[in-house]
Amino acid sequence: MSEYYSKLLATAKQNLSGLIEQAVVEHSELTIVVSPLNLLKVCYKLRDDAAFACEEVMDVCGVDYSTYENQPWTKERFAVVYHLLSIKHNHRIRLKVFTGGEPPIVDSVIDVWNSANWFEREAFDLFGIVFDGHPDLRRILTDYGFVGHPFRKDFPLSGNVEVRYDPEKQRVIYQPVSIEPRINQPRVIREDNRYISGQEEEHTDA
Amino acid sequence: MPEISNYTLNFGPQHPAAHGVLRLVLEMNGEVVQRADPHVGLLHRATEKLAESKPFNQSIPYMDRLDYVSMMVNEHGYVLAIEKLLDIEAPERAQYIRVMFDEITRILNHLMWLGTHALDVGAMTMFLYCFREREDLMDMYEAVSGARMHAAYYRPGGVYRDLPDTMPQFKESKYKNATETARMNEARSGSLLDFIEEFTNRFPGCIDDYETLLTNNRIWKQRTVDIGIISPERAMQLGFSGAMLRGSGIEWDLRKKQPYEVYSKLNFEIPVGVNGDCYDRYLVRVEELRQSTKIINQCIDWLRKNPGPVIIEDHKFAPPKREEMKDDMESLIHHFKLFTEGYTLPKGEVYTAVEHPKGEFGIYLMSDGANKPYRLKIRAPGFAHLAAMDEMSKGHMLSDVVAIIGTMDVVFGEIDR
Repeated sequence: MSEYYSKLLATAKQNLSGLIEQAVVEHSELTIVVSPLNLLKVCYKLRDDAAFACEEVMDVCGVDYSTYENQPWTKERFAVVYHLLSIKHNHRIRLKVFTGGEPPIVDSVIDVWNSANWFEREAFDLFGIVFDGHPDLRRILTDYGFVGHPFRKDFPLSGNVEVRYDPEKQRVIYQPVSIEPRINQPRVIREDNRYISGQEEEHTDA
Repeated sequence: MPEISNYTLNFGPQHPAAHGVLRLVLEMNGEVVQRADPHVGLLHRATEKLAESKPFNQSIPYMDRLDYVSMMVNEHGYVLAIEKLLDIEAPERAQYIRVMFDEITRILNHLMWLGTHALDVGAMTMFLYCFREREDLMDMYEAVSGARMHAAYYRPGGVYRDLPDTMPQFKESKYKNATETARMNEARSGSLLDFIEEFTNRFPGCIDDYETLLTNNRIWKQRTVDIGIISPERAMQLGFSGAMLRGSGIEWDLRKKQPYEVYSKLNFEIPVGVNGDCYDRYLVRVEELRQSTKIINQCIDWLRKNPGPVIIEDHKFAPPKREEMKDDMESLIHHFKLFTEGYTLPKGEVYTAVEHPKGEFGIYLMSDGANKPYRLKIRAPGFAHLAAMDEMSKGHMLSDVVAIIGTMDVVFGEIDR
């Protein structure tokens, strides 16, 4: 399995040269990092080039890197990760775009794969990533009238507001959340040297 | 007389045919749907964010609550992702147990789908028949994990415990006399495997019953044939997977194409539809019921012959035995560390996908080396399917919308997450 992806990595570097920033095979999975400028070009290539033939995008999701490894993150804060699947060749490709700024903007891939529609709406809702060219960028999972982007790392787990029925006003009201934030189990990063040996890694910059 | 133009109709979220909490805003021209706009998120619980705040093992029960009619398969996707990142593998017996329970879950899910789909379209009896069989499947869940639904049975590195040798028995009460109790306990006299075998022997006959009621039923065919047709090209564009994709004639099943666990050693077939309409998807799923029964039988045979461990021995990931803890300091420390801090995963990211009863259930797990996931993304099959609601229902009548919701097999636990 891993050999197949090494070959695919070589093909990707050849057919997409100049368009991608980085291509890596880890855990028998191919990850391609592209800049937001080249995203659409790469997507069309991955779909239409017979060597990749990625007919389906299985998943699009946002990632907020701001607390990665419990360290301040200095590079672009957000990433959008696309998981592509080729039914013809039976392989998967992961495509990653880093983006920063406020709001972070990425081109929408909805014209390449129609199924990206709701996934992009979700990434917009949860991370505030704006998809340029999306025809209907509404919130999807959170409440009507919700404020903020809950999956960002600076959004508290218990939220900012809670709802209750106010008997005096005779309607449902929003009020600041009354739950005390607590951490049952601290987040720790342990250097575990068990993992260092025996991992197949092929780091190469394109 | 005033001209009536398009009007908007609110369907759900408290409609019994909306399968939970789907709010569908339909733009209608008379009784013909012009545009469908599903509003989801009414059951959003931020599972992914909650998982980021907990050690890996503590999120397993959340997985049950995603798609709450196919609980163990959700867990399977999650533990496979952890195992892939840790580079560990469950013992073979655990893999067979997992596959067997995946298929039990598939039957459980498809029965729920069949019952409610048929009920929506007007066949009341199906619902009762399907739930009768579901009861036995839930008993299997209960026997192995202690819970009828939310099992939390799969663990990274295996399963929580081995299959029990005895089944729980019914007791006599003022509502059930001795003969009645004895009759009900008849199948439960042996081990869990005997109980499952008794079920798989009986179940193909039950599927025949379902088919007698539906497959050639004139009303059923009128309601499902040529409804919600999706061409293979569109199915791929819309990100379909599982039975929705196979119904459109694409032979794609992760159990065959990207086999995980022991699926490559088992003998089963993949049913494929032709027309891509609701009826074909029905036929595909019913055939999957038969194939699942076949897989379960093969697993029972193997499990009978091959006793062995069901979880890895490495106590960094799996708890030590209770007896060992009593007089072994090392085990006690392992136990304490595992249940408080948990274990750390190496830095990296993986995507694992399992063939969920509804389609491809994917877990994208990102770790920065901590004892909690940095980002966990759950790829729910129903999310992509429901996104195609507009395209599938356009030009159909209002009553067909119900059939289309049914055929998509939507469950809001996984769509809203």
